[in-house]
Amino acid sequence: MNAQTLLELADDELILGWRNSEWTGIAPLLEEDVAFSSIAQNEIGHARAWYELAARELGTTADELAFDRQPDEYRCSRLVELRLVPDWAATIARHYLYETADEERIAALKRSEVPEIAGLAAKIDREEAYHRIHAQMWFDRLQDEPRFVAALDELRPLLDVRAEQTPQFAELWEEMTMVRRSLAGATW
Amino acid sequence: MVTEQQVWDALAEIPDPEIPVISLVDLGVIRSVDVSRDQVRVEFTPTFLGCPALEVMRDAMTERIAALGAEPDVQVISDDSWSTDRITSEGREKLRASGFAPPAPREVGGPKLVQLQSNAFRCPYCGSQDTALENIFGPTPCRSVRYCRNCRQPFEQFKTL
Repeated sequence: MNAQTLLELADDELILGWRNSEWTGIAPLLEEDVAFSSIAQNEIGHARAWYELAARELGTTADELAFDRQPDEYRCSRLVELRLVPDWAATIARHYLYETADEERIAALKRSEVPEIAGLAAKIDREEAYHRIHAQMWFDRLQDEPRFVAALDELRPLLDVRAEQTPQFAELWEEMTMVRRSLAGATW
Repeated sequence: MVTEQQVWDALAEIPDPEIPVISLVDLGVIRSVDVSRDQVRVEFTPTFLGCPALEVMRDAMTERIAALGAEPDVQVISDDSWSTDRITSEGREKLRASGFAPPAPREVGGPKLVQLQSNAFRCPYCGSQDTALENIFGPTPCRSVRYCRNCRQPFEQFKTL
């Protein structure tokens, strides 16, 4: 697998993690505040692990890949870029669409011939199992709600659209990289 | 020269940064210790990949090994070799005694909602199995939140991984 494919994966997880964390403190239920914050933390952890593998191949570091690229170098799906706060129905629709697609992608990666990729995918899959249970619970609850169904239809085609710059992504990039850009050479 | 046992003993004194009642050895995250001359190589597996305790654990191990007069080489192995099944029985008892319900055994095919909603989980305070799932997610990636209907106490349940 080449580094660009790893970056696609890592970018999806980083940006979705960022977007999910936007619910921290303002989710409609306390349980969901905790859930989305925790899911966000997991996704960013997965992003880091994939960036580390890509960084080894590209001779750089995970932090540089996550935060020092230009906005047009990110390869994430349009689905994860969107800022969906405060639309809970759309947020759950994205969560469900993403977790369902990600399950297939992880299953394929678990069969990779590269031991590091297969091993990491297997580990990530165990964490993602909890995300899938959560997404499925919400799907079961909302599946007959017109707003939810409409959001699924609207968002589904965006899953496979990549590397298309949106003003929302440019804004997210500004926020995400601000600290690092303001302190050149800083490390944490 | 440092012996392998000395290294294991030193690592057994490092508390988990988020649940300090349990050590890194209790947690089962140390996969191997190899001593050759004055070099000590430790292979260490993260619990959850997003766990911020990872760096703290790695630095603590490096420090302890250096304090033994050896040269530390701590490698983080991000594969599927760690499972909550690797938490030792002593570790489980320490978790329970401090109010964290230890993880259920790993099951083939991974966790299922029906299982999480079942009464297979015991309250760490009163031992009752009349407990309910409140939230799959909790204050850290490794924990869920449950509620004991018997002693009316919410508690944290280690997720099975």
